[in-house]
Amino acid sequence: MGAKKASPDLLNSSFSFKSLKLKTKQQELLLRVSILGLVYVLAFIARLFSVLRYESMIHEFDPYFNYRTTLYLTEKGFYEFWNWFDSESWYPLGRIIGGTLYPGLMVTAALIYWTLRFLRFFVHIREVCVLTAPFFASNTTIVAYFFGKEIWDTGAGLVAAALIAICPGYISRSVAGSYDNEAVAIFALLLTFYLFVKAVKTGSLSWALGSAFGYFYMVSAWGGYVFIINLVPLYVLVLLITGRYSMRLYVAYNCMYILGMLLAMQIRFVGFQHVQSGEHMGAMGVFLLMQVFYFLDWVKYQLNDTKLFQTFLRITVTSAILVGGIALGVGTASGYISPWTGRFYSLLDPTYAKDHIPIIASVSEHQPTAWSSFMFDYHILLFLFPAGLYFCFKRLSDATIFIVMYGLTSLYFAGVMVRLILVATPAVCLISAIAVSATVKNLTSLLRTKQKVPQTGSTKGVGSSKSSSKVTLDQSQPFQKNGAIALLVGVFYLLSRYAIHCTWVTSEAYSSPSIVLAARGAHGNRIIFDDYREAYYWLRQNTPTDAKVMSWWDYGYQITAMGNRTVIVDNNTWNNTHIATVGRAMSSYEDEAYDIMRSLDVNYVLVVFGGVTGYSSDDINKFLWMVRIGGGVYPVIKEPDYLVNGEFRVDKGASPKMLNCLMYKLCYYRFGELVTEYGKPTGYDRARGVEIGNKDIKLEHLEEAYTTSNWIVRIYRVKPPTNRL
Amino acid sequence: MAARIWIFSVAVALFLSFSSGHDLQIVNAERRIDLSSHIVNAFLTLKVENIGKDPAADMLLAFPPTQIKHLSMVQAMAITGKKKKKTYLPLDVKPTEQPDAPNDTGYFLVSFATPLTPGETVTLEVLYILTHSLEPFPSEIAQSESQLVYYRDSAVILSPYHIKQQTTFFKTPSARVESFTSVDPANRAGKEIKYGPYEDRAPYSYAPVIVHFENNSPFVVVEELVREIEISHWGSLQITEHYRLTHGGARHKGVFSRVDYQSRRSISGSSSFNALLAVLPPKVNSVYYRDNIGNISTSHLRTGFKKSELEFEPRYPLFGGWRATFIIGYRVPLEDYLFEAPDGRRYLNFTFGCPLVETIVNKLTIKVVLPEGSKDPSTVLPFTVNQDLQVKYSYLDIVGRTVVVLQKDNVVPTHNVPFQVYYTFKPIYMLAEPFMLVSAFFFVFVASLAYVHIDLNIVKK
Repeated sequence: MGAKKASPDLLNSSFSFKSLKLKTKQQELLLRVSILGLVYVLAFIARLFSVLRYESMIHEFDPYFNYRTTLYLTEKGFYEFWNWFDSESWYPLGRIIGGTLYPGLMVTAALIYWTLRFLRFFVHIREVCVLTAPFFASNTTIVAYFFGKEIWDTGAGLVAAALIAICPGYISRSVAGSYDNEAVAIFALLLTFYLFVKAVKTGSLSWALGSAFGYFYMVSAWGGYVFIINLVPLYVLVLLITGRYSMRLYVAYNCMYILGMLLAMQIRFVGFQHVQSGEHMGAMGVFLLMQVFYFLDWVKYQLNDTKLFQTFLRITVTSAILVGGIALGVGTASGYISPWTGRFYSLLDPTYAKDHIPIIASVSEHQPTAWSSFMFDYHILLFLFPAGLYFCFKRLSDATIFIVMYGLTSLYFAGVMVRLILVATPAVCLISAIAVSATVKNLTSLLRTKQKVPQTGSTKGVGSSKSSSKVTLDQSQPFQKNGAIALLVGVFYLLSRYAIHCTWVTSEAYSSPSIVLAARGAHGNRIIFDDYREAYYWLRQNTPTDAKVMSWWDYGYQITAMGNRTVIVDNNTWNNTHIATVGRAMSSYEDEAYDIMRSLDVNYVLVVFGGVTGYSSDDINKFLWMVRIGGGVYPVIKEPDYLVNGEFRVDKGASPKMLNCLMYKLCYYRFGELVTEYGKPTGYDRARGVEIGNKDIKLEHLEEAYTTSNWIVRIYRVKPPTNRL
Repeated sequence: MAARIWIFSVAVALFLSFSSGHDLQIVNAERRIDLSSHIVNAFLTLKVENIGKDPAADMLLAFPPTQIKHLSMVQAMAITGKKKKKTYLPLDVKPTEQPDAPNDTGYFLVSFATPLTPGETVTLEVLYILTHSLEPFPSEIAQSESQLVYYRDSAVILSPYHIKQQTTFFKTPSARVESFTSVDPANRAGKEIKYGPYEDRAPYSYAPVIVHFENNSPFVVVEELVREIEISHWGSLQITEHYRLTHGGARHKGVFSRVDYQSRRSISGSSSFNALLAVLPPKVNSVYYRDNIGNISTSHLRTGFKKSELEFEPRYPLFGGWRATFIIGYRVPLEDYLFEAPDGRRYLNFTFGCPLVETIVNKLTIKVVLPEGSKDPSTVLPFTVNQDLQVKYSYLDIVGRTVVVLQKDNVVPTHNVPFQVYYTFKPIYMLAEPFMLVSAFFFVFVASLAYVHIDLNIVKK
């Protein structure tokens, strides 16, 4: 929709070009501002599907942690927040919240909240949190406009703003309620890049300073800042190699790197990583290289002798590389510079996580991207992207080189991990916008010249003085005119398909809060499964306030935020051993598990079970990951014990260990008495479509404390040990 | 035991028989105590005779100390006429203190409509309501068990007057009565236990009895209810009610089994409840039902001309001791509730109490948020409550809104009677907020106009 609006602007401005010059300029400004305003609003309202379908609520898993910390920040103030030791998570270890999170999102939401309250708008902090992501998505469109203007022209900027406003790749992470770091991080990322490109273009310290602050905001908001600190040096390196070194680049990079690094160190979670971690060393290397370049430039200017300079160059470059190499080697060997982390490796090598870090591989959004999800998230942008690249290469400049590099690198990462499609989205939108804008511009200029032709037709005889190109144009006119119109219609058709696709994807796929499940009933009516909140609220109201709840780590944040109870592990997967302990307890026999639970002071165990409703992302389907992660630390747990001929089964043919492990017992306790589907035997598991193998489950050390109305969440109480006589 | 009480009561009777100031005697007394829900309703029919020489203007009702703290309400009416031509005349009842009350007996003073001349008799009907008077025993039950409770009272009516003849009936919700103290003559028939008739009992006679019976009615107890009524002169009344609810019956013990709960509903969790009914005003709109973590999707609203009914379920069924907190909010049109008094003041006429049916509210706070700029609030209520004034800031408020806070403990559905809040308000204040918004937009446009036209460059181009 937005894309359609963007292009008529070009038409209009060129049509009315003949009338009063000043007026046209004003008209153009008015059009541009109103289109941007509409795109801004569109980006916001397109993300409100979830609020209208469900309610104003926080989605998924991580956002619940962010919401909880924001609540804490607004209630207790920044100082308390910064020094918060959270004893409700990772029992008995606890978590230092201030030192282990990126505070950018929470501080942003709290600032918005305080501003609104200052202006006498007494909104609830939840509403602020829910709407933060759409608000920042709207802001991103503005940045995209300026970025597009910077690398191509205003037309491309407008198209880029419109494309990014509704691009599913971005919407997937920024619908209302998706209160996650990425919500503000994409804005910060694009802003930093834009300001840096601007700084390189102008060589102005103020833009470089701006980009340093943009970088600081990005560091405070998301761990994805590592992408910036590696892409920018890479870009600088490419410019150096291609002989585009200039004083502007020197000023921009040095200012941005030094200031950005110092500012980033203020974030406790990042700390000294900029000088100590292998992932940040590239930036430092490029920084030193810049100095060497500058020095050589100066020496060259002083020496004024090519031969002498050549020798000097050889010596300096060799010694610089040597010194750098030795420093890196010593740093790494002495442990001062930490090696690359597993997450970084898994980015470069998609198969790394699968073999070495099961906890990363177990998350669905860390899987390599399928072609279908590219198509789903980008739609026509996938075809426009190469076209845009072609236009960029045709008109190479510092700015277009940047966007090409950004596009290509991020697209590679998007291929490695599904969630990184998000990072690539702005680049894809910008490059596609160049393609659309340039195409439409070329086509309309063709049309325009044709319209002029009939007018000049009356003076055709005198027209011989006109340029020869016009004459040739006249000759091929019928074909070109029709072709141009056909192509324009095609472009608009594609763009409208894109708009329809985006709206459909947003409404169907990306607007579900995943905490409330909806299904269609037999008569087409909407059925709501609100079991998660039922269970969490039960925990909150009817268990002792110091109760410890053990569950698989996926539900940790939700239990602490909604249930207000202490959990053993949560979604901040910083301690693999602790998670493995829980995984081991879940995959052991009940009496072995009881010892583990006793040692962790567990009072309640929570499992998610989809057998009654046919909800497939439940704990039984996640169970093999528990076994793998548990087995990764405790070799007692062996994956083959739970499989039969390499197959995971829960029916009669399942392995005996599977049929008697704690997770199986807790999920299927008394399930064997239940008829779930008409015409099927009792104990028919609808999520897996089999009749369960163990219908006679006896619990010795646990008892059923609560099961939600659709059985999705089951909570068990751990009994105190029996008296020894 | 009984003998000791007799001695005690005779002693105090001798001591106190004239302390009430009047010579009254109760010719005939009948008491019917309804134990079918967790709110105990007692109906007392008294035929009072003045046997003294002076006219009596009032009489005393006495309650034992265990009852007085659970006593939620006492109402009295005088009956005149016979059979079909009966007319009821409400009488003024207020708590009172007696200087030499035996064993902390509590008193209520009933004022007759016309003083009772010597020899005259009058028939009174007294209703009193007790809360938290059913003690679950056993105090913890499993899911499959049904709930048994104790009710403690006296077989004879506690009274500072001589009672010539009296009978007491206890009505239990079901025929299942485990036991009851026998004070001859006492017998049980179906759902009714009859004590009496007893003849000529001296003042302050007391004969404790315990009835142990089954009561599976929902023990819905609202521990705290805060109702906020916000008046907007733009045409609506926004009501927000914060509930902290609990099941006040026997505590749930051990396992909660979903299989049993959903498939054997008749014998499983019979004392639990999972549906609540709130009676809301007619023409109610924008109703919502939520809690700290979001909407609760199980509710149905039926609107009618006389009342609207909101049927809703907590997130989970409530067993003994389980809690639930939630918020109900709704909006009603202003014209039905806000009126102008003859003296130019405005007044709100709204219903006191809790909209939930058959509910005890331990602590009820009603906050009436008056529009910004209102002055001189005053309230009119048929019973005494604690009152307070607060200030609340809402959207676009500068000086804040006056909030009249009414607070009452131990509230039962009988307290759902209208009350009035009077205040003065100048309609010009209504325009303050629109004016602020308009001027804010105006300044934004002026600022952008100025920005476009002012050249901030230092260097002239």
